[in-house]
Amino acid sequence: MRDLSMHITDIVQNSVRAKAKLIQLTIEEKGEWLVFTFEDDGTGMDAETVKKVTDPFYTSRTTRKVGLGLPLFKQNAELTGGTLEIYSQLGEGTTVKADFGKDHIDRPPMGDLKSTVAMLITGNPEVDMVFTYRTKDDEFRLDSREVKEVLDGMDIRMPQVTSFLKEMIDENLKEIKADL
Amino acid sequence: MTKVKSLADLRKMKEELANKVQLREKSDHPDKIVQVKVSMATCGIASGAKEVMNHIIEELDRQAIDAVVTQTGCMGYCYAEPTIEVTLPSSNPVVFGYVDFKKANEIIAKYIIRGELVDGIIPVNYETVNDKKND
Repeated sequence: MRDLSMHITDIVQNSVRAKAKLIQLTIEEKGEWLVFTFEDDGTGMDAETVKKVTDPFYTSRTTRKVGLGLPLFKQNAELTGGTLEIYSQLGEGTTVKADFGKDHIDRPPMGDLKSTVAMLITGNPEVDMVFTYRTKDDEFRLDSREVKEVLDGMDIRMPQVTSFLKEMIDENLKEIKADL
Repeated sequence: MTKVKSLADLRKMKEELANKVQLREKSDHPDKIVQVKVSMATCGIASGAKEVMNHIIEELDRQAIDAVVTQTGCMGYCYAEPTIEVTLPSSNPVVFGYVDFKKANEIIAKYIIRGELVDGIIPVNYETVNDKKND
């Protein structure tokens, strides 16, 4: 994983696989911390599974025997003096929260956040997503349900929609002076 | 000074876009659309699937090809990532492995546009993940 955007794609995919209907991704600039919160309403996990998911040799998949998404994300957070926490309730959903030392030398760059978010929304049309980016005194919020409402039945998977969302996210993140 | 887009502007732009695409959709049957799925699990992302997906979307948009791109999980071909599955209208899905920008361009130019097969197909008795679950 070369940047934080790749981690985002990866962690959100977990929620998609957990049959989430709504995924809320929040990125916050909080002083010296960069905080990522992924909140879904998917199947959730029991306490025992939660303990195991950051083990690289645990996975719920049958196609392969390793599961590196969360362990790598955790490792990168810890390398910057941060932490990764998982809260989950079977049948309720899961929340993954990761703190990264914002100015730590080992913090991976944000990467291509605008494309990542746009592709998550249009690439998983059956799941709804609320993306929030919060700076010290401003925030940008994008709700895929609102996008779908405006599209009014048009296929959200069309490449034109992705390109449009990408531009829209980019402009708005610049507008709120997100420190990317 | 550049004018910053307000939400109203965005809404208007989206409506314009919606109209344009809807016009095109009406002239075309929905299942005549090409479907591309990009395998997007840890293995794929680490191999550059995200950049490839971005590239495919940009190319399809630029060349105005009626195709939709979605993300999917690990297809079990971690060794051949990035992998993409292309479903042409009324044909079976085909999985391509080791898809970099160059391969993606080749797949778009030859397979998606002209229907010619290109190298790099993962030869399996292909079933989708859903089929497998139903077994």
